[in-house]
Amino acid sequence: MIWAPLAPEIALLSAACLLLIIDTLSRDEKRRLTYWLGLAALILSAVLVLAFSPLEPVVLLHGHYVSDPMSAVLKEAICVITIAVFFYAYDYFEEHGLLQGEFFVLSLFAVLGMMVMVSAHSLLTVYLGLELLSLSLYALVAMHRDSPTASEAAIKYFVLGALASGMLLYGMSMLYGVTGTLELPAVSAVIAQEAGRNLILVFGLVFVIVGIAFKLGAVPFHMWVPDVYEGSPTAVTLFISSAPKIAAFAMAIRLLVDGMAPLVSDWQGMLIILSLLSMAAGNVIAISQTNIKRMLAYSTIAHVGFLLLGILSGTRTGYAGSMFYVLVYALMSIGAFGMVILLGRHRFEADRLDDFQGLSRRSPWFAFIMLILMFSMAGAPPLIGFWAKWFVIKEVIAAGYVWLAVLAVTFSVIGAYYYLRIVKLMYFDEPTHLTALKASQEMRFILSLNGLAVLLLGFMPGLLMAVCVQAMRM
Amino acid sequence: MSFDIPFLSLLVWAPILGGVWVLYAGDRQAGTVRHLSLTISVIVFALSVLAWLRFDTNTAAMQFVEFVPWIEAFRINYHLGIDGISLPLIVLTTFTTVLVVLAAWDSVESRIAQYMAAFLILEGFMNGVFAALDAILFYFFWEAMLIPMFLIIGVWGGPRRVYATIKFFLFTFLGSVFMLVALLYLYSQAGSFYILHLHDLPLSLTAQKLIFISFLLAFSVKVPMWPVHTWLPDAHVEAPTGGSVILAAIMLKMGGYGFLRFSLPITPDASLAFADLMIGLSLVAIVYIGFVALVQHDMKKLIAYSSVSHMGFVTLGFFMAFFVQQETGAIMGMEGGLMQMISHGFVSGALFLCVGVLYDRIHSREIKDYGGVVNTMPQFAALMMLFAMSNSGLPGTSGFVGEFLVILGSFQARPWIAFLAATILVLGAAYTLWMYKRVIFGDVANENVAELQDLTAREQLFLGLLAVAVLAFGLWPAPLFDVMHASIQNLYEHMLQSKVIP
Repeated sequence: MIWAPLAPEIALLSAACLLLIIDTLSRDEKRRLTYWLGLAALILSAVLVLAFSPLEPVVLLHGHYVSDPMSAVLKEAICVITIAVFFYAYDYFEEHGLLQGEFFVLSLFAVLGMMVMVSAHSLLTVYLGLELLSLSLYALVAMHRDSPTASEAAIKYFVLGALASGMLLYGMSMLYGVTGTLELPAVSAVIAQEAGRNLILVFGLVFVIVGIAFKLGAVPFHMWVPDVYEGSPTAVTLFISSAPKIAAFAMAIRLLVDGMAPLVSDWQGMLIILSLLSMAAGNVIAISQTNIKRMLAYSTIAHVGFLLLGILSGTRTGYAGSMFYVLVYALMSIGAFGMVILLGRHRFEADRLDDFQGLSRRSPWFAFIMLILMFSMAGAPPLIGFWAKWFVIKEVIAAGYVWLAVLAVTFSVIGAYYYLRIVKLMYFDEPTHLTALKASQEMRFILSLNGLAVLLLGFMPGLLMAVCVQAMRM
Repeated sequence: MSFDIPFLSLLVWAPILGGVWVLYAGDRQAGTVRHLSLTISVIVFALSVLAWLRFDTNTAAMQFVEFVPWIEAFRINYHLGIDGISLPLIVLTTFTTVLVVLAAWDSVESRIAQYMAAFLILEGFMNGVFAALDAILFYFFWEAMLIPMFLIIGVWGGPRRVYATIKFFLFTFLGSVFMLVALLYLYSQAGSFYILHLHDLPLSLTAQKLIFISFLLAFSVKVPMWPVHTWLPDAHVEAPTGGSVILAAIMLKMGGYGFLRFSLPITPDASLAFADLMIGLSLVAIVYIGFVALVQHDMKKLIAYSSVSHMGFVTLGFFMAFFVQQETGAIMGMEGGLMQMISHGFVSGALFLCVGVLYDRIHSREIKDYGGVVNTMPQFAALMMLFAMSNSGLPGTSGFVGEFLVILGSFQARPWIAFLAATILVLGAAYTLWMYKRVIFGDVANENVAELQDLTAREQLFLGLLAVAVLAFGLWPAPLFDVMHASIQNLYEHMLQSKVIP
């Protein structure tokens, strides 16, 4: 069965198309069927990913597609994260009267795009996956048609996203022009043979890095992040901030490591600048935010800075560190946005920081979950976020950039301040009202599970680390 | 005896799991929560005493060692073990937690379950810090400790609690992250996080100096040394009684412990190179902060500054050892420093509890709101007298032993340093006894004081226990020295061996 490794993608594509038809025929206002079938499709592809996870890389479709340990782990993570996103999102759309079957269909297409990105083995596949993901996301952001902020966010995201895709494509065309091939390892091999520095190659590299930085949201290509995060419906923000970051990480690894490893000394320097700027700007600007979605947007930018540390160390364990970071980040991020959804009431977004005031009196349990998430994002043990920072900083030091590690930890202390402020609001301030939280049982259960995972993984991070190291050993 | 109880794991995890249990029991069953917390803390204390009884004082090797691979990919292990330096600190921790639980019995009214749980979980993490033999495990506990303490100050603290607790968190966090960088650098050189391996790792002088500085940032904030002590008065003043007690009695000791476990043995050459600086900073703390303490009018703030001043003695004792010619003198100074840590744990804890006793009745910490307390609270006055005397270093109390040994050790190297250090005996007596005089003696100052009730049975119990400890270690400190001697001796030999690679 030569097509076997493609099974998850094929299943997902079929399911998404099928869902689109079923949803048009369904008369259920609550879209229960679409929701459950969407979940089933994700679970199915998660199972298929697991069933066909390869020990050795398998290249298919004339060198355009690869299935290797890294792709298996990342796809599995994308599926699991998206399953959680569906749980949170259904609750949100129901509460806000925005239930539309399109959310689930578009999300499945986005997941398919991410899977293609993760498994890309040629420049063309990278671009194909990226566009499938991006177009689905643009539509998702615009889903709340009547909201001017959502429309503004969608336009902004679309225009800037298209520009970045253009940049990326331009860079790829230069690479293709010099090397004469689309396949990433072949590109790498040709670059290795080039004696001396080829100016066009470096130019191509710059454009590719711009594309990657935009998709990750690294400074100075981060302008879209706060606006899109704030303007989108929270459930969509939740989605954008989690799984697509995993895919963007995979894109960075595919393009930079698989495709341009011989140019490592060139992209290392660029990533150092991106990483430092992201950590500095993200952490400092987040302090002055009063909207939690904007604050988390800047926190994402700071996290991206940390994530880049692992990649720029240029070693296999360094990449594993970044992979660990992005997985942990996705877990924390859906938890934090899940809390924002939980606090929201009927047609009311609880997206101001003040909405957290006195939460420990209103709901001690969920205040505790948020406490765990905030300290984890700040990087304090015994939570998993500490290990993520620990891993990438360790790799940066091993690569010899001690000064960079010192700057990184300093920025993480600055960042701790705004996470502490949320804890302060929840625990040290008195609540302004005492209405109980309204949320479905599933939502409560998944959110609790999410928070406890962040806590318990902090005590036993070894397994996930081993998985990441194993996946990156090729 | 062939059967082995995993003492250290129990000391770490029993309070943490107990804390989770207490949290689960919740505020609705306040009575159960109090008894449950007390039982857990007493059991943990009993375990630590049992460990002390079974401790072999003849060896400097780690005892009660537990080893389980934790994160195998990077050779991080769940590696616990204690020697003569950590054992007394662990016993101090478990003892103090019992007192804190007792002190909170009636005086904490809101969210009692969360309060007790925070202290129990904190106790587990603190024991973990003292017992960890793996550098990352150490760091894990060291930082984890901040979260419960952050909440304790912030939730149950005074009016300016938010400012104080965020300042506390950010100061300690900033100091600690540099230690993490240093530990990771050491790992990149040694390929191991085992602390005793790091002791033997050869390093160039430049590397040692940089590592020493990053350790210094972490430990000096905790001790706290002048000039990074400014978080302490704020945190102490705003923290609830229990929080102040734990901060003063144990958290400050972690800085001193860090010097003994990390800075001195891992970077001995840098320690020697920076010894003058360290001694200078210690003297500034002792003398300057002593004067600062003199002018305070808030009792808690006064004791907080007194803590900074007394902890100056600890660092002085450790770093003077480089300049003392005879081995016995050097070791005497270091043992004095460690003794001072233990004694200060009892004395400062006791003084904060005394302030807590008064605060529960009158809700003021200002010295001017008191006066003539002896007329209405004679028992209290008598006990506080003992602690005040011990804080001023009266012979026969535990406060004297450590200070005397450090001064004696310093005198052998540089008499003028000993002279400056000895001013603490004058200054300490001045600020402590002056405060005591203004609060306790004189005529009854106002109606509030006239209506004071003397100690309840519970307060008699915890202050009485501390009085026994202060007197016992003052009159007969030998058991403590027996425990620490072999380890300090071993540490001293490590310090003298240069490990510079050419």
